[in-house]
Parts: sequence; C-alpha cells; structure tokens
Amino acid sequence: MNRIDSKFAELNREGRKALITFITAGDPDLDTTFELVLEMERKGADVVELGVPFSDPLADGTTIQRASQRALDNKVRLKDILKLVYKLRRKTEIPIVLMSYLNPIYKYGLEEFATTCRKTGVDGIIVPDLVPEEAEEWLTVARLNKLSTIFLAAPTSPLERIKKIASKSTGFLYYVSLTGVTGARDKLNSNIIEALKAIKRITNKPVACGFGISNPQQARKISRYSDGVIVGSAIIDLIEKSTTRKAVLRKVGNFVASLHQKMVGD
Amino acid sequence: MENVLPDKSGYFGIFGGKFVPETLMSALKELERVYNRAKRDKSFQDELKYYLSEYGGRPTPLYFARNLTEKLGGAKIYLKREDLCHTGAHKINNTLGQALLAKRMGKRRIIAETGAGQHGVATATVSALLGLECEIYMGTEDIKRQSLNVFKMELLGAKVIPVSSGTKTLKDSINETIRDWVANVRTTHYLLGSCVGPHPYPMMVRDFQSVIGKEVKRQILEKEGRLPDYLIACVGGGSNSLGLFHHFYNDAVKFIGVEAAGLGIKSGRHAAPLYVGEIGILHGSKSYVLHDSDGQILPAHSVAPGLDYPGVGPEHSFYKKTGRADYFVVTDKEALEAFHFFSETEGIIPALEPAHALAYLMKIAKDTNKDEIIVLCLSGRGDKDVEIVKG
Repeated sequence: MNRIDSKFAELNREGRKALITFITAGDPDLDTTFELVLEMERKGADVVELGVPFSDPLADGTTIQRASQRALDNKVRLKDILKLVYKLRRKTEIPIVLMSYLNPIYKYGLEEFATTCRKTGVDGIIVPDLVPEEAEEWLTVARLNKLSTIFLAAPTSPLERIKKIASKSTGFLYYVSLTGVTGARDKLNSNIIEALKAIKRITNKPVACGFGISNPQQARKISRYSDGVIVGSAIIDLIEKSTTRKAVLRKVGNFVASLHQKMVGD
Repeated sequence: MENVLPDKSGYFGIFGGKFVPETLMSALKELERVYNRAKRDKSFQDELKYYLSEYGGRPTPLYFARNLTEKLGGAKIYLKREDLCHTGAHKINNTLGQALLAKRMGKRRIIAETGAGQHGVATATVSALLGLECEIYMGTEDIKRQSLNVFKMELLGAKVIPVSSGTKTLKDSINETIRDWVANVRTTHYLLGSCVGPHPYPMMVRDFQSVIGKEVKRQILEKEGRLPDYLIACVGGGSNSLGLFHHFYNDAVKFIGVEAAGLGIKSGRHAAPLYVGEIGILHGSKSYVLHDSDGQILPAHSVAPGLDYPGVGPEHSFYKKTGRADYFVVTDKEALEAFHFFSETEGIIPALEPAHALAYLMKIAKDTNKDEIIVLCLSGRGDKDVEIVKG
C-alpha cells in the first residue's frame, strides 16, 4: 500500500472525498512549487499532482500550456522535479502524483524513471498520452517500483473499455469529466453524474474526476458521486494572475481552503 | 508477398502505435473499422477512383526528363508528375480518400493541420466538393510565408485558424488540430495530411497515396519494360515518398528518402529526424524525432515549409532501421540551387519540398550508369514558393 492507497482508505473510513490539486512544477519557479505543495496541504488538499512541463502538451488547454511554457522558459527539467519531490519528502507525507506526457519519461528511460520515482518519494504517475494498450512495459516497471499507474477514462470511452482501464489502474481511476482538453469551465457536462454512477458500479477502485472543475460548488457536486475531485487550471489561473510569491501562496491557499470547506460540507 | 505492415496494433516493427489521449481512442477505432471496410468495398473504391481521375486529374504522367538526364549524364531520369494533380500536389490523393470516409462516418465537419498550405488547400478543396464544413489550423509563421495558400483556402470556403503557440509552424498546428479533435471528436473528422500520427493514419494515408507507385509501376513497365533501379522522394512526414515506395516494397528497387538539412545538420537547425536517429513519441506514434536530452521536442527548420517538422512517419523509421530505404540530407541552399537549375532545365517550377529530392539526384546522377533508371516523385509545383525564393 503506498501513500495514495492509504489516503483513500483513510478518507473512506472518515466518509470524506479526496481533494486533488494540480499545479505545473516550476511554474513560475521550483521554489514556489515547493511552498505551494505545503500550503495546499495545509489548506486541505489530500493529494497533490505535479505537472511535468512539455513542449507539446496536446491534451491541455491554454492555461496549462502557458504554465508549461513558463516552466520550460525557466529551464525546469524532469530531474529537477524529481529532486523537488525528494526535498518535499522531508517535510510532508502527502501523496504526490506526477503527470507527464510520455516523451520526457521515455527519454529519461522508463525503468530508470520508475526507480528514481520510488527513491525520491513519488507515489503515482499519470501519462495523458498513454492508453493501457500501449502501457505494458511501463506497467511492469511501475509495479516493480510500487508506483500507482493512474489511467484516464473519458466520456467517449464505452463502459466495457472503462472496465478494462480501471483494471489496469492502481491508486485511482481518473475520469475526464468532459470531451475536450483541460481548462476551467463555467458549466459541467450534464451527463457527468450518470457517467460517474455507472463507473462506480463497475469498479471498486477509487474514481477521481477532473477537467474543467473550477469552483467549490462544482467540486462539492462532483465529490458526491466520486471518490475525489481534481482541480488544476483554476489554480493555475490564480498563479498566473499573481505577481509575487506571497500573493501566489495566499490566493491559492484561500482557494484550496474554499474547495476543501465546501467538499467536507460546512 | 505483399507488405502487410503495420500489424493489428498499428506497429511497423517497434514504430507506430496509438499514443493519444483516451478521448480519441473510440474515434480511432471507428476510423480503423470504417477504413478497413471501405478498403474492401468496391463501391467505395469505385467512387474514389472516379474522383481521383475525373476531379483529381489522375493518372499523372511519368515524364522522361530528357534535358535533366542529358545534363546530369547518368541514369535515365523519370519524374512522377504529382505537381499536375488538382491543387498542385499529391496531397489531393489522400484528402479525397479521407473526405469520402468522413462522409461514410456521418461526420460533417473536417479539420486539418497544414504547414506549406498544400494539405490545407487540398482539404479545403475536397470539403467544398463534398459539402463539408472545413477549418484549417496553420502556424502564424507559415501563414506569413505561404500567404497565397491562405487566400486559396479562404476562397474555397474554409476557415483558417492561426496557431501562435510554440514554434508557430506545422508541429504546433498539429497540436492545435488534435486539441480541437479531442473536444469535437463526435462530429468531426481529423483529416491528417501525412503518414504520421496514431494508427490507423500512417497506414491509411500511405494506402491513399500508394496510387502514385501503383501508376509508376504500370507506366515504367510500359515505357521501359522493366522496373526502375532507384526511387527518390523527399521526406517530411513521408506521404509522397511512401506513396511512391509502397508498391515496390518487395521488388529489387532501391528506396532513397531525402530529408531537409536546413542550415546544416551541425547547426542544429534542420528537419532530419531519421538522419539524427533518436526515437521518441510525438503526435501519437513512436518514431524518430528531434528532441533534447530532456525529451522536449525541438523546433525543426527547413526552407520548405512542408518538410519543417521534427517528426517522421513510423513506416520510414522502420525502413531506416531495417535498411529497406536509405536516407540522405540536403540543405536549404542546395535545395534552392536545385529549384533554379530544374526550372531552367525542364521548364517546370518544382515546390521546395521535391527540390530537396532533386538536389540529391543532382549529387548522385553522375555516379549512376546510363542503363539505370531513376524515378523521382515531383510531389508538388512551386508557385507557392516563389515569394520565399525571391527572398
């Protein structure tokens, strides 16, 4: 059982849902990312997802594209992000998930990447351009290193296929709430509740839902039908709009606190 | 034995596959299913044949380039005149095929990426023909250097959407088209223009383009009574070259692919992933790519916008790895020289993309024998490039 599994078990016992917050590592710089992870935990985040910047983030909308570009402009590299996690592990036991497109990992070497993740204290990996059919080699090395392999299911995935995806997923299953790229949306997809209910019927694994969730009301609504809610672009919007590190920490902290409060049900 | 690649999972050896967001998986499976059915369906093949000949202008001539042959003093040189296709390049072979498929799938909206604008124009053309809504993503850098094609696409009723992210060229226009597709996949067909991307695209685009080689085979047998010794074509994503090569896969014919060396391989500003030989994952398939030590995709450079791409089709990667084809590089400067030389020698203004193949031909022709035969794919005409050449 790694930190992700323990966290979901713990939340389950307490009858709570996971608040999973996403930021791009190194946006605007790695020191801020370090502080942000700790601040988000203090304000109620249960799991933190760190995005690995990539030159061609084709599943991402403009917000995360820009965040990725800012990190790349700062010359943030995958090995720097792994070092950051190592540093964070002296301060926190919050489950940390890396989200990276396949090519940076492939270039690093799948096996070496998995080993380094275990050593530095990464708990799980999401690869948005890797479907289970293509993941055999990755699954082998990830399992050996006790990393959770979190796959995505989409509104366009037939239920039979979601069953298969869930069977390959460990940690949790990531349900993409909308047919589209990442980015905050005012309105949620109307079929989302039905979809989540159907998925909960076919898998025992925790199901977390993300893409487009941008405010506490939406987070609360989704959390009733899932085991966790993932919020990313809405947080990055706040980072982008702040000019100082202090402002970043305050704004993101307040936002995460508001998500948390609404989800635990005041 | 026929070339049966890719395998069921879309692999050419270790290259290819489907590395895409989950949202696209059902659409790719549908496309594969519909395509495989259409491939065996006589009514589809007849319809495609009808449009290729009556509308597209096929078969294109296999022209014996007497002047060029005499000047270069080696093998007999034949040119496959894809520049004479409707819209001025081989791109129409694929866009007709895919647009007919889109109609079969009930998809009324077409999106596509374009670099040089040739694929964009060919897509806008078939969309107009078949009454489909059409939006083309094009990098702002390419919009600047290929303004004539932008105007053409708009005349044809397409909407050209400028892409200003990343390198502002073909690579980023593909990213943006994929994002659009992820959001609108239920109603939209992504009409990809080269043998790149996730399975089934590399296979399907190659099949639609293989009409080139099929005609060449028939024509050269009629003219010479034997197969050629060399096939030469430029390689960006790889569609004109694979279209030429495919029907000769099991014949004793040498395949030569020519990549863009841009300002020179050592300058780092080129578009020669096969030459450099690093394997990675870009735009849905595993193939040779240009990337840095951290796996970030590097910007490509070529004077020919259609070659200005940091990836290449997985089938080419397979050909390189297995030695079935040989790959060489040609710089911007050499391609421009060939552009001029060829225009003056044959009275044909070539596109800058096949000018790369011509430049390589000029280098090797003298080392070939007079009784040998070379077929070069003249994939497009150069009207679009006169502004670039004027500098």
